[in-house]
Formats: sequence, C-alpha cells, structure tokens
Amino acid sequence: MDFVVATDLEEALDALGRGALPLAGGTDLMVGVNAGQRPDNVVALRRVRELRQRNGQRIGAGVTWRVIEDEGPRALAQAARTVGSPQIRNAGTLGGNVGTASPAGDGLPFLAAVDAEIELTSREGVRTLRWDEFFTGVKETARRTDELITAVVLPAALPGRQEFAKIGVRNAMVIATVACVVTRADDGTTTVALGSVAPTPIRIPEAEELAKTLSDPGSAALDEFQHLVAAGVRPITDHRSTEEYRRHGAGVLARRLLTRCLREGAA
Amino acid sequence: MTAPPSTTLTDHVTGTVNGIGESTVRPDGIPKLQGSFAYASDLETEGMLWAATVRSPHPHARIVDIDPGPALAIGGVHAVLTAEDVPGRLLFGLEHPDQPVLASDVVRYWGEPVAIVAAEDPETARIAAAAVTVEYVVLDPLVDPEEADTRDEVFRRIRIRRGDQDVRGSVVVEGVYEVGMQDQAPLGTEAGLAIPDGEGGVDLYATTQYVHADHSQIVASLDLTAEMVRSHPTGIGGAFGAREDVNLHIHLCMLALYTRRPVKQVYQRSESFTGHVHRHPARLRYRHEADEDGRLVRVEADVLIDGGAYASTTSAVLGNACYFAVGPYKCDNVNVDGVGVRTNNPPCGAMRGFGAVQVCFAHEAQMDRLAAALDMDPLELRRRNALATGDALATTGQRIDTPLPTREVIDSLVAMPMPEDDDSEDPLRLPGGTGLTTERRDVRRGVGYAFGIKNLGFSEGSDDYAQARVLLSPQGAIVETAAIEVGQGLVTVVGQIARSALGIGNVEVRHIDTSRIGSAGSTSASRQTQLTGGAVLAAATALRDRVLTEFAGEYLDDDGVWRDGELVVPYAELASGGWEETTTFRHPPTEEPDENGQGTLHADFAVAGHRAIVDVDVGLGLVRVVRIDTAQDVGKALNPESVRGQIEGGILQGVGLAMMEELIVEGGVIRNPTFTDYLLPTVLDAPDVEALLIEQEGSWGPHGAKGVGEPPTISSTAAVAAAIREATGLALPRVPIRPEHVALEGGV
Ligand SMILES: Cc1cc2nc3c(=O)[nH]c(=O)nc-3n(C[C@H](O)[C@H](O)[C@H](O)COP(=O)(O)OP(=O)(O)OC[C@H]3O[C@@H](n4cnc5c(N)ncnc54)[C@H](O)[C@@H]3O)c2cc1C
Repeated sequence: MDFVVATDLEEALDALGRGALPLAGGTDLMVGVNAGQRPDNVVALRRVRELRQRNGQRIGAGVTWRVIEDEGPRALAQAARTVGSPQIRNAGTLGGNVGTASPAGDGLPFLAAVDAEIELTSREGVRTLRWDEFFTGVKETARRTDELITAVVLPAALPGRQEFAKIGVRNAMVIATVACVVTRADDGTTTVALGSVAPTPIRIPEAEELAKTLSDPGSAALDEFQHLVAAGVRPITDHRSTEEYRRHGAGVLARRLLTRCLREGAA
Repeated sequence: MTAPPSTTLTDHVTGTVNGIGESTVRPDGIPKLQGSFAYASDLETEGMLWAATVRSPHPHARIVDIDPGPALAIGGVHAVLTAEDVPGRLLFGLEHPDQPVLASDVVRYWGEPVAIVAAEDPETARIAAAAVTVEYVVLDPLVDPEEADTRDEVFRRIRIRRGDQDVRGSVVVEGVYEVGMQDQAPLGTEAGLAIPDGEGGVDLYATTQYVHADHSQIVASLDLTAEMVRSHPTGIGGAFGAREDVNLHIHLCMLALYTRRPVKQVYQRSESFTGHVHRHPARLRYRHEADEDGRLVRVEADVLIDGGAYASTTSAVLGNACYFAVGPYKCDNVNVDGVGVRTNNPPCGAMRGFGAVQVCFAHEAQMDRLAAALDMDPLELRRRNALATGDALATTGQRIDTPLPTREVIDSLVAMPMPEDDDSEDPLRLPGGTGLTTERRDVRRGVGYAFGIKNLGFSEGSDDYAQARVLLSPQGAIVETAAIEVGQGLVTVVGQIARSALGIGNVEVRHIDTSRIGSAGSTSASRQTQLTGGAVLAAATALRDRVLTEFAGEYLDDDGVWRDGELVVPYAELASGGWEETTTFRHPPTEEPDENGQGTLHADFAVAGHRAIVDVDVGLGLVRVVRIDTAQDVGKALNPESVRGQIEGGILQGVGLAMMEELIVEGGVIRNPTFTDYLLPTVLDAPDVEALLIEQEGSWGPHGAKGVGEPPTISSTAAVAAAIREATGLALPRVPIRPEHVALEGGV
C-alpha cells in the first residue's frame, strides 16, 4: 500500500491525481479496511492546515466534530454532539462525513436544511456544488476521484432558529434511525431536512410550505405538517429499523423540532 | 522456545488479614486499569506463527472440494489444514461430541470452520484464509424452530407432569412470549497461543471457562495421551458463557504440532460473533390458572428454544428453562413441555442465566397479567405464592432445604425508597439522550417488578466437584486451582477464604494447568465461589488443623505457629516443611429427572428481584431506564463490593436484552456481527442501581455463600419490560423491545 502524509494542499492534490484515496480522521475509512476493503494508495490529510481552517461561513473539510460541537452553528453543533464518542469526535471530520455520504451521516441534514455548498478542489481548479447536486445516492457523490473536498460553504445568513434531533436505539455511539433539522427564519421561511430516511439527505418542500403559514406551536395544522413529513420520506426496512417506524419517527421528530422553533420564536 | 508466558493473576497482600466479609481490593484490578495485565490476546513468544480460520459463507451446504493450493502459494504461509488433518476424533462437544473440529462433508451453520491456516503474520494468515478455495453445493437451511420441532430435529425434549392435570382455576391468563438471541459479547475476543513441547505434546494458553473440559476434548481430537496436552489458564476479558465450548483450542494445537512452531490467534470482533455460542432464542406459550384469592392452581408452559446447528449445552439450558418455568412460586399442578431444536441457525449454548432468563421474562409477564385479571396488586399476588424453604419446587417437586428468602426479597425490594419524580430537562436524563429527541412533557414514567429463581452449580445428577490445593511456601501461603478467573473476582474471594481459614494474610492465588491439579469444573452456573471456594476452605482448614496438631499450636499467622502467646515455630521454618493439602469439594448429590421430570435435580437455588423505573417517550418509543433496585439472596456476601459488581454488571446485561441486544439472524445468517450493529448499552444507557443483599446462612457454600453471578441477569430484563408495559399499557410480549414496538400501534 502506498501511503503519503500530505503537509499542504498541493501535496494532497498531487497524491489524489495519482489515484490516492483521501484519509481524514479515518473513522469511516478504517472501518472499511477492517472489513477487508484495502485501498492501494492513501493520502493522509490531517497535516493539511488549509483543510482545518474556518472563516466566516466556510468550514474546512478537516474540521473535527469536536471543534464543531463547540463552535459550529447551533443545529450542526447539536448534530456534532451526537456523533460517536469523544474519541470519534476528536478524529472524525465534517469532510469525512460528507465524503462518505452515508444516508445516516449526522452532519448532512443540516447541510441540506441551509442549502450548503460543497467546495471541491483539484489541480484543475475549484468548483462548488449545491448539496443536492453533490449527494447523488447511497454513499455516492458527484466528486471526481481527483477532487478533494476542501470545504463546506454555508450561506451568509443562517436562519435564526435551527434545531437538530436524532433517533437512535441507544443514547451514545449509535447510527441514526432518523435525523432531522428544522430551521426557521424571521420571515417564517422554514426548512425541514432529514437523514436516514432516503438514499441521500432530503428536504420536504410540502411541509416547508405549510410551516410557513404556521406561527402557533399549539396549532392544529401541526398534525398535517407531521403527516406531510411522514409521507414525504422514502425510508427502507433493514436490521436497524423498519420503514414504518422511520416514517413515523420522521413526522414526530420534525413536528417536535418545528414546535421548538416556534416556541423559541414566541419567546 | 517453550518458556510459558506468565499469567499475572496473583493475590499478594501482605500484612493484612483481608478475610471474608471484607471488600478486599482485587489483585488484578490495578494492572487491568493500567493496561499491564496480560490477556490471552497479549501473549507472545519467539518464532510464533499466526492462525486464521476459513469459515463457511453458507448456513447449510455440502462441501465438494477444498483447494488449499492458492493459499499455500502465498509467501509466509506454513500450513492449511482441513478435516482430513484432524489426527483423532473429528467431533467435539461439551455434552455430546457432535460438532466437527473442521467441517468435512457438510456445513451446518453460517461461519462454521472449514479449514485453518498458519502464516508468518496475522495479515498474511487472513489473506491466505480468504485464498483457500472451497467449492460448495448450497443446501436448503432449516431455520424455523417450529418446523424443526415438527420434523423432530431435536436435541432434547422434556415433559414435566406434576400434580393433578385435571384441576382448573377460576381465573385464567394465557400468553405467548418471545426472547431474541442475545450474545455474551465479551470485550476480549477469543484468543490463544499453542506451543509445541518438542516431544509431540503441546501447551495451550487460551480463553476459556473450563480448562479441563477443553483438555479432554483436545486430547481426543489430537489422539494424544492426557499427559501430552496441558491446558493453561490465562488472562480472560469476560466470558458470560461464551467460553465454555471449544472454538480455536483444537485448531491452534493442530497447527502448532503440524508446523512445530508456536501458533497464536486472536478472533476479530465479527469472527467472535460467529466463533462462540449465543443465548438461545425462545418462544414460550403459557397458561396460568389461579383461584379467586390469587393462589396458583395450575401452570402450563410450552418452552421452545433454538439450539442451532450443534448440541453445545442445549440439553442443560432446556432443563433449566423447564425446571424454572414457574419462577419462585408455589404451584402443585404443573405441566411443562420443552423442546430444544436443531436448526441451521448459529449454535446456542451457555449464557449468564442459562435458560432461566427466557422463562422469567414469560412467567413474570404472566404474573402481572394474572394480577390484572384478579384486580390484585401484582406484588401481593407474588407474596401469596412465594416459594420458601421447605416448599416443593413447582416443576420438579424437589423439597427446598437450603434458605430461599423469596418473601424477604419481595418485601425488602418493595420497601426500598422510590426515586423522586424527575423534572429535569437535561438531555442526559431523558430518553434519546443527546439526540435531543425528547422533552420531559413527552415522557411517561413506569415502574415494574420481576422476580427470578435459578439453580446454583451443576444439576441433574452430574458429579459436580472442584479440586484446590493450599500450600505453605517461603513467599507465603499459596492457593492452586485450575478454576478460571474471567474477571468475576474468583482470584479475590478464594484468597479471602484462605486467609480467614489459615490466619495467614500473605496469600497468593495461582491458576495452574491441567497437568498439575484436578478439575475445578466450569466457571459457570454461578458455581466457582461455592465449589472452588468450598475446596479452598476445606483445604486451608485441614492444613491449618494439621499444622496446629503437629506443633500443639493454638493459632497460625504470618509469623508462624503460636502457643501461650509465644511463637513456637517461625513461619520460615514452617514453610520449609513441605506443608500442603489438596481437597476435592462436592456439593450435595443431585438426581436425574424421572419420566415426569420429577426429582431432586438441583443442589441449591438463589432468588432475586428487580424493580425497574423507566421513562418512556411514548411517541417515539424511546426508553431511558432510570434506575433499577434489587434485592438478592446471596447466602453470605464474602466480598460485598464484588457482589455489587456482579449485580451492577448483571443488571446491565439484563437491560441490554430488554432494550437492544439481539443478534438478527435471517435465513441462518447473522446480519449484525459487529459492535456497529450489535448494540450494547453504553454508560449513558446504564441505570443507577441500588442493591440490597439478603444474607441467610445455611447453604452448603463456604460460610453459607451462594453464587451471585447469574441472578442479577434473570429478572432484570423482565422488570424493565414490566415497567415499560406500565408506562404504555402495551402488551410487549417480546424482548428486546424496540422503539417501533412501543411507538407504532399494533407493533409486535
Ligand atoms: C465508532 C464510530 C461511531 C460513529 N458514529 C457516527 C455518528 O454517530 N454519526 C455519524 O454521522 N457518523 C458516525 N461515524 C462515522 C464517522 O465517524 C463520520 O462519518 C466522520 O465524520 C468521518 O470523518 P473522518 O474524518 O473520520 O473520515 P475518513 O474515514 O477519513 O474518510 C471518510 C471518507 O471520506 C473520504 N474523505 C475524507 N476526507 C475527504 C476530503 N477532504 N475530500 C474527499 N474525500 C474525503 C475518505 O476517502 C473516505 O472515503 C462513526 C464512526 C465510528 C467508527
């Protein structure tokens, strides 16, 4: 196996050009290695300072969950807190979560909820893709193998209220059965994004439309909102949960989060 | 080359008595915390090769051909062995040898070993194992236990008929219950090192619960004399029943003898999940009949457990499930039909609670249903039926002649203070935890009780014994035993027993190999403190008595023998006298059941009760187990801290079964053989535990001690289920209880 420890972006991009697989925290990649998926050529990114930088709305791909937990936008920080254990959060990165593109990636619903962009860099240049252009299927993305995810770019203005929640079978170290982010801007614009209930993170436009018209956390229309979310997701049954439960959980969770946003708004 | 790796299970506390009843600190505690303790996976010696196992990818298939060629062509590969290379008996098994060391013609479960490989390093060994080409003709697997019952594919049937089968009660409740396949998931995976002795024999250091049982199976399969194989205790990171059966033991000895090199293997986590037996999944049909006062008039139970592909301990597990099917209650008319079926599912065997866990989940649900039908307090119902010393066990009719404080357990558990209502919005104190799913207003609290009973020691006529030796050496008194310390604290408690009996504080406990001492039996059935502890007490007492008689002494301590306040024989002098005593301890004999399942089948019993307090987010089906209170019949707590350790750990394992721990098997294939998907409770899922130890002397264990390892696991699962039922009003007839069972109407 070829193994390069890149110390700057140039080196990393060169290695990628030669077919190397990027290794950030390794918390996904090494699980694959243990399971027998051995890459021939790996480039380690940990020393690439450019990837660990954050400025403004640009979060470097190499920023760890531990840092996001303390310093990220509210709902992304809430998501960060649920990732694995302290050891995993110290090693695992947002870029790795995006790179893996698991339907259960806990960072992804937030990116969907705020319409984040993924910045991709290769020796040919930089391009940015909207989240829904980037995530194309279960563990599939639009990234070319010679491209590095260099950052996640959030919009300049983030919604004032944002809430994340995640259902799992235990209280730590658990893969999400359903994860959800609801955001609400001062003008009532609401976004509803979910993870683990479709091949990629998804938004539920019908529920967002309805939510716009709501302002009372006690509103009877919340039933309809919950229903729209449950109807809008596309979950599967596997050994972790059932389609039925994921659908149900998505509706309940989105409703609770919207209620929290509305309650906060009133306060 | 044959220098044995040292095990560091010593107890060397100088100057203090640290005798029974004290919470002596475990001698292996600090080394384990610091990481200096040598587990089996840490063993190494010069010139060592590494082994890997070729396993069947099919639950049922005929082997057409095995081609080791591609594996042998890889550099650094020293051996590929198959069934043809097994020198002696092809089959092994704890109770009945029915399991091939390596499958020869047919594979009967997913992951069954087909060939073994030795190579220079673990990576090469694994690559070589993958390169062995096995041609299979896939066969239909039998995976439905009920179909196996119909087809009479069974390891054992048990039929219990006691009392008058025509008696009927006026209040009747019926139920069907199911328990999923739990795994012991010990943190240390299977590991071992076999070292050839250069004379055709072999020394094995491997994870185990029972070195003498390993030894006799190894000897038979290697076709060697007993003296040529030595099975050594080593450092073991948990067991819970998973290590009673042979897995890598014979493989490593075969490879070591073939290559004439030491051979080591450590199972990776996924291999561990297929490399050991599991808790039997069970389907239980019950009918309880009572009179208007709530007295049990008749209990009927059908017990079906799936033994998987090979026998392991299924017969004994089924025995326990049937004999404890009624729980710690009196009833004169009982009808139990039990069957342990053979399928192409993963083999099941021993796990903490050993059959009593599965039926407890059912009989306690039934008792709650019965109380509801009677409109009676469920605790009052249990009090009215509580089994006591002098009563007959409902199933076997055995008169119980050791203390059985069921009533005291119930009353003291009920008297324990309840926790205050929680109004905290701290996510760590809410269902869903940091997932932030739940606010206090989404939560309903539930409280549930359950009680369980189980035998201690081996039953049904087996000659259950343990041998131990106590000797006086210049370094102090030494206890020698082949009993296995798996982390439970045997090393601590037998040291305490020896100190108290001898009067000598300086006691070291040595775990020695099969050539140097007789069997201590298995570290299972909650038995080692009673059996090996009993042997150590007898040996130490006899040794002290002999010394005192010889020198007309009054007492013995670390300084030597004393008479009239004077030291008459200094310890150093005594230590050169070759004083030693070897004792074999047996518990009271038991019988095999008669054709109606009747008889004195058990040597001793223990009861325990659990009160679970849970917070349930009914909307999402998420549960936080807030606290578990317990009262447990312990006879005499020889080391109260150790007993509490067993209680807390055992309860958490019970909570695991109630809430999440299940191997999901589809078509004979385990879908979640990883810690990613086989979920164990984390510290954030662990309830607070309050424990009350009920001490009543009179058992035959040393100083009246009873085994304490299994009772915490028996009724804790049932108590959690009862609490969730109370919070939700749902029937919840299956564990683990998954979020969908609670949240979705009409869920299981
Ligand atoms: C015990 C455990 C618990 C976990 N719990 C959670 C959890 O609760 N929630 C959750 O979402 N995830 C969880 N994970 C998964 C994992 O920790 C996260 O997905 C994490 O964000 C991955 O980041 P990493 O830096 O470790 O990625 P790596 O493993 O280094 O990489 C992951 C993938 O992304 C690619 N990659 C990494 N960086 C880049 C880059 N800059 N450009 C292009 N491709 C890149 C890699 O080639 C690889 O394919 C858990 C993992 C473990 C082992």
